[in-house]
Amino acid sequence: MKLQVERDVLAEAVTWAVRGLSPRPPVPVLAGVLLEATSEGLTLSAFDYEVSAKVTVPAEVTEEGTVLVLGRLLGDISRSLPNKPVTIAAEGSKVEVTCGSSRFSLHQMPTADYPTLPTAPEPTGSVAGDVFTQAVAQVSIAADRGDTLPILTGVRVEIDGDKITLLATDRYRLAMRELTWNPSQSDAQHVALVPARTLADTARALGAAGSVDIALGSAAGGEGLVGFAAGQRRTTTRLLDGEYPKVTSIFPTSVDTVAIIDTAALTEAVKRVSLVAERNTPVRLRFSEGQLAIEAGQGDDAQASEALEATLTGPDIEIAFNPQFLLDGLGALGTAHARLSFTQPSRPAVLSGQAEADGEADDSYRYVLMPVRFAS
Amino acid sequence: MRSTASILHLDLDAFFAAVEQRDKPSLRGKPVVVGGIGPRGVVATASYEARAFGARSAMPTAEARRRCPAGTAFLYPRGAAYRRTSAVVMELLHELSPVVEQVSIDEAYVDLQAGDLDLSTDALETVVRALLDRIRVETGGLTASAGLASSKMLAKIGSDLDKPAGLVVVPPGQELHLLAPLPVRVLSGVGPVTATRLRTFGVETVADLQRLERADLVSIFGEAHGGGLAQLAQARDDRAVVTEREAKSISAEETFPVDVVDRARLDRELASLAERVTARLGEHGSFARTVTLKLRHHDFTTMTRSETLTHPTGDPAAILAIARRLLAGADIGGGLRLIGVGVAGLSAHAQERLLFEELDGPAPDPQRPVDEQADEDAQYGRHTARWNPGEDVEHDDHGPGWVWGSGLGRVTVRFEGPLTAPGPVRTFSGADQALRHTDPPNWRSDA
Repeated sequence: MKLQVERDVLAEAVTWAVRGLSPRPPVPVLAGVLLEATSEGLTLSAFDYEVSAKVTVPAEVTEEGTVLVLGRLLGDISRSLPNKPVTIAAEGSKVEVTCGSSRFSLHQMPTADYPTLPTAPEPTGSVAGDVFTQAVAQVSIAADRGDTLPILTGVRVEIDGDKITLLATDRYRLAMRELTWNPSQSDAQHVALVPARTLADTARALGAAGSVDIALGSAAGGEGLVGFAAGQRRTTTRLLDGEYPKVTSIFPTSVDTVAIIDTAALTEAVKRVSLVAERNTPVRLRFSEGQLAIEAGQGDDAQASEALEATLTGPDIEIAFNPQFLLDGLGALGTAHARLSFTQPSRPAVLSGQAEADGEADDSYRYVLMPVRFAS
Repeated sequence: MRSTASILHLDLDAFFAAVEQRDKPSLRGKPVVVGGIGPRGVVATASYEARAFGARSAMPTAEARRRCPAGTAFLYPRGAAYRRTSAVVMELLHELSPVVEQVSIDEAYVDLQAGDLDLSTDALETVVRALLDRIRVETGGLTASAGLASSKMLAKIGSDLDKPAGLVVVPPGQELHLLAPLPVRVLSGVGPVTATRLRTFGVETVADLQRLERADLVSIFGEAHGGGLAQLAQARDDRAVVTEREAKSISAEETFPVDVVDRARLDRELASLAERVTARLGEHGSFARTVTLKLRHHDFTTMTRSETLTHPTGDPAAILAIARRLLAGADIGGGLRLIGVGVAGLSAHAQERLLFEELDGPAPDPQRPVDEQADEDAQYGRHTARWNPGEDVEHDDHGPGWVWGSGLGRVTVRFEGPLTAPGPVRTFSGADQALRHTDPPNWRSDA
């Protein structure tokens, strides 16, 4: 194998392909990145049994061939090379990487032991890259990071025709986003549970492209796999098994109090006040006519309070939240104004966004937040 | 250590049994044992008359039955009656000083220095003697033992030296003198194991211990324990009397009369324990983050497993879900003789959770027929008689009394109370509509 590739192209491709590789893989060959030189260019692949990544970049191939080298090491090397064309060539049991006057000689790992990557599936449909990235970021914040209930570490993806609903919850909050996409079949129906962390990484990495192809269900060439593709980048992720809890009854059917607040002002105020809220102690929000008072700390501990403008409809309410959960939701809104809907201090509150203070509510994203209760 | 003997330790004598003898005149002067009365019950308190036959706290009730003569009363504990009497005593202590540390229902430390009192040893002794008299009057005849000293350790040792109804005053400066001849076991932190170990070094009394070098003790018992022993031997104890004993954990457990292997039954037991723990958590005004499951196997090996939530909860379903998960991962082969659920990591607020039945498992069925429960209890030999010996009852025609015994569908009641002479015994059908449970009797004639 012998080829020449642009330094930036190589660095970007290797970095993306190996981003998910474990520093301590279950079997040694999985620490490798597979380089395949063909007439179409250079294809890089990485796989850890859960996630696979594959990308093809333009390269001047003078001799076709396949080699396996340590992925993270090649990534580090390619990022530190001078900005000149890079030559990669197999030489006996080594792989020589040359760039300008720099020369690296890497150990070749045995390709015979390398597992076959899951078949790249046929796409079920496509979605705008920026919309997909934002939607996944908005929802994945609410996924569980613990390990007691694996299904809650996933984002539930439901496809119904041209509508995708993303949903995640760690039981303290629940985030749901609805978006439209272009299904390859107008009656597409799928439900899948995708590991939240992988999904968030994938969406960030692919979102820069104009459009992301998604492949689900039987199209993925096997049970329990979802494929994403954008440009020359293709990735697959193993789905989580298990029955996701029914969440239809979570959203309150009626609302008593609605408050509209400037998102940035509220975020800043909560950040300031929660400086005194040590170790998961709550911030208390007191809504009254035209005003929101935020307080934290009590007794002998440090205390803080701040008041800001709010448009209130309905009766006054006092409610307490974990400050980080509230900030997570506010950070995900992406709109100038935040809309908070309440029934009672002991019941879940719903956070959504809207562009104008007196405009229409935008319900495409909803963040349900469970309150903090004090001993009576 | 302070320079005045102003720390009081008060311990009510044979408390549960004494309350029973007060409320049940026919039992006065007779052996009385209060505790679990099932096959695996344990003695909570034995009256001094019963102690003469060898009955002791924490002894299996079956063993106490073998030791005590016929005519000994074996009674089920009446928590409400004990709490009511205890409250009267604690109130008297609060009259002396605002700083009262209640250790248990029948034991407390009082920092007399915080009260408005003359702190000379003689004056304090007079105050405590008057207190013991008032306790006797206000509780309807109960006695307490007290220790008065310059530290909690000496006060507690003192209260134990002259039981019952004794007062031991340790004048400042006399601490080591008092301690020296006593066996090392009087020191808190010297249990049977340490005592046995010390005996191999020729240490029987505190005086023997005082002669050992700190360095030697550390080399035998390690830095923490050995250093602690050296301190204790020199009567060095600076612990303050603290008003509020902060609970660090709350737990409930159930001992089965017969080892249980049936997971469905364990699950129901778990649900009831989670319910009890949550209720007590609620009374305490707290929420918890850590849930602990305790299991004792048929061979007495005991294991605990715990799991900690990210955020505190007061939700019985959340606590039960964790306990269930811990039980599911535990080996119960051979059967369990005890199961317990505890919570720790207490806080004053709780992060509410969304409820999903699919994740928490079904709620325990409250509609379970009573008969089914009773059959199960009978099958496992659990004591759930409707009429437990010692319980307070009232009859439409005969007035208040207590359950003397029951069985074969009949219940025998002795009609007497704290202010009456020993009363007559009558037997009724267990289903007699005229007979019902009632509150503990009032022992004060003025109320």
